[in-house]
Amino acid sequence: MKNTGYIIALILLGYGCKFNDSATKTLPIYGNKEPVTKTVDGKQVTDTVYQTIPAFKFVNQYGDTITEKSLNGKIYVADFFFTTCPTICPVMHRNMLPVYNEFKNNPDFRILSHSIDPKYDTVPVLKKYADKMGIAGNTWWLLHGNKDATYTIAKSYLVAVQEKNAQENYTHDGFFILIDKQKRIRGTYQGTDPAEVEKMTADIKILMAETDQKAAK
Amino acid sequence: MKTRLIVFAFMAMLVIAASCQNDGQIEFNRFYSNGSVVYQAHCQNCHGAKGEGLQGLIPSLTDSIYLKNNKNTLACQLNSGLKGKITILNKEFEGEMPASKLSPLEIAQVLTYVTNSFGNKLGTINTDRVNTDLAKCK
Repeated sequence: MKNTGYIIALILLGYGCKFNDSATKTLPIYGNKEPVTKTVDGKQVTDTVYQTIPAFKFVNQYGDTITEKSLNGKIYVADFFFTTCPTICPVMHRNMLPVYNEFKNNPDFRILSHSIDPKYDTVPVLKKYADKMGIAGNTWWLLHGNKDATYTIAKSYLVAVQEKNAQENYTHDGFFILIDKQKRIRGTYQGTDPAEVEKMTADIKILMAETDQKAAK
Repeated sequence: MKTRLIVFAFMAMLVIAASCQNDGQIEFNRFYSNGSVVYQAHCQNCHGAKGEGLQGLIPSLTDSIYLKNNKNTLACQLNSGLKGKITILNKEFEGEMPASKLSPLEIAQVLTYVTNSFGNKLGTINTDRVNTDLAKCK
């Protein structure tokens, strides 16, 4: 009788280990999903289609045109900011710097910071901001685009941004959005919280190790 | 009985030690602790929890020599904002710091906090000092 108890405990322990197995850990997929039924080889196959980031076109701090194609085969993080923002942006980008430094030598990783103030944040202003932040190369792109395009893309990242309010301020969420090579949302993190950003860095490593991420071009 | 006496003596010593803080020290502590609250609400986003600033965009608050040399104009900087080039720790900055909407008391508190944190040690900047400095703002 006594032994049965031990055996049950051992079985439970075994199950517990399964959940903690980091080798098979994957990130969830966020956004709307739709079941799609197709006929393959005369058989009905149902597949889940996940929400993806739609096509876009912006210009980075070097004046280069950046589209969704520039991100083929890349895992990336997106956020929204403006260079004269006195509130949460300095905090967000202070927290983003370690992420940039961690992955800046990885050719399959990008950071996209969309300016929500295209009138002031012209390409030269964004370049100056990049220089002063001490960021170089093509890992971290600061993007200029027309207001409608930026606000539309924010919606597809499930991020709220708003135009100037009565106090002449722009408002926007401080989220960092993690996107995979299939352009699906794999994580959202409060960019103003260093602990959440650390979790994002850990999640990026998990995502990079996923089989279908390694295979994707 | 003996233990009680020792405990009593110890408590008495504590009370005496606490009251030994002079008025100046009490004023400093009050300004400093209130100043840390003002700092968190109005300064920390840009200048950082440790006064570290942000790369070449936002200057740090750790340049004790700059703070000492500009002690009498710091109140004006907070009150009217700061524009144009400044050199902090041998690095040039040229952004803009917006004018704060802080009262002279809050300015005194936050200046006491900043100029006595992050490796700085300039003593109390009280409200009288701030009012005198504000009257001389350019």
